[in-house]
Amino acid sequence: MQINATLLGQMIFFALFVLFCMRFVWPPIAQAMAERAQKIAAGLASAEQAQKSLEQAREQSAEHERAAKAQAADLLAQAKKRAEQMVEEAKTQAHEEAERILAAAEAERAQQLAQAKEALRAQVSHLAIAGAEKILESSVDPAAHRRLLDKLAAQL
Amino acid sequence: MAAKPDNTEFDTTYYIQHHLQNLTFGKLPESYARQDSAGYGHVMERETWTWARNSEEAAAMGFNAVHVDSLAWSFGLGVVFCLLFGWVARRATAGVPGALQNFIEMIVEFVDRNVKDMFAFHNPLVAPLALTLFVWVFLMNLMDLVPVDLVPAIMAALGVEYHKIVPSTNPNITLGLALGVFVLMIYYSIKIKGLVGFTKELTLHPFNHPLFIPVNLFMELVSLLARPFSLGLRLFGNMYAGEMIFILISVMYAAGWALGLFGGLLQIGWAIFHILVITLQAFIFMVLTVVYLSMAHEHDH
Repeated sequence: MQINATLLGQMIFFALFVLFCMRFVWPPIAQAMAERAQKIAAGLASAEQAQKSLEQAREQSAEHERAAKAQAADLLAQAKKRAEQMVEEAKTQAHEEAERILAAAEAERAQQLAQAKEALRAQVSHLAIAGAEKILESSVDPAAHRRLLDKLAAQL
Repeated sequence: MAAKPDNTEFDTTYYIQHHLQNLTFGKLPESYARQDSAGYGHVMERETWTWARNSEEAAAMGFNAVHVDSLAWSFGLGVVFCLLFGWVARRATAGVPGALQNFIEMIVEFVDRNVKDMFAFHNPLVAPLALTLFVWVFLMNLMDLVPVDLVPAIMAALGVEYHKIVPSTNPNITLGLALGVFVLMIYYSIKIKGLVGFTKELTLHPFNHPLFIPVNLFMELVSLLARPFSLGLRLFGNMYAGEMIFILISVMYAAGWALGLFGGLLQIGWAIFHILVITLQAFIFMVLTVVYLSMAHEHDH
């Protein structure tokens, strides 16, 4: 083991290399690493942000879907109600129509019956007068017995 | 140092010592009796800068010498670190990183996390310092996994007699790093606490009484000075021991095929284990540096 000027030479080299490293090696590498760390952090943050907004959009779309479904159900219910209403109305109308037709027919029948009765009555009174004439052989004065005949016709 | 043996016989002592000798360039003192390759000695007339031919010459050079191999490998590996990391840093993108950038960032992040855990103050020097130490020390330790004879043999073929490629097995290298850290410790202690605060810390702690100032000063100075030395010597000791075991294992290759085969298995096993050791030692060096600097920043403990 021999100590000599090698020691001093080594100290000088040491200083040189440390200075070189301090000036040209460490700062660029440390800076690149710091920048990358920042980049990665920013990327992660934005990914998280995107995740969050995706979540929000998903929620929103679910909300929309729910609203649309509710509206559709509402519309369907309304339509059903309306249809039922229409059927009901049609039924009522048909009933009324039928009743009306029935009533008209009834009225017509009654009228015809009354006419027939009238005609029949007139004929009966004529027949009665003719018969009486025949019986009485023209002794009956139609004008004198009009009241009687009318009474008779009304009684038929 | 044992004399270089003749080529017929394998000399274990020479082999090991040869592996532990650095390539040294330094100043031989005046009137040093130098032996040439033929064994003739001649006294030098004046001090001379020259390559050490053997460990005696290297020892005679004293402090006025440099281990050229350790320094070159240390510098080269530091340059490898700077070029690789600097290149990646220049092309660093905050977008999707490539494989290399990913790898570098992994290391940077690992260092950064450790520094953030241990160092609670704001100082833009500490993290790059920790990164430099971790990677550089790791690369220097990594040279330990290169087969011990490979580079020395290549260098010997090129005419260089001695070559050690693991800088961190050289105490000069590890202590150089540790002293650099020590300088920073002292600098920040004084900068953060002020000269008065630092002196107070050294003299009024742990016993806050004027009578105990000498005791405190002694204890604190020992603990302060022990830090860089333990830091440097820990790394040196671990790597030196690891290298020594590689060398001892490779001695087995000279002792017949059976022992050689066993040595091969041992070398694989030790190398695999050593992967852990070199990483761990680099990590420990980095962690202790950060801890020491953190202590230098603390106002009162």
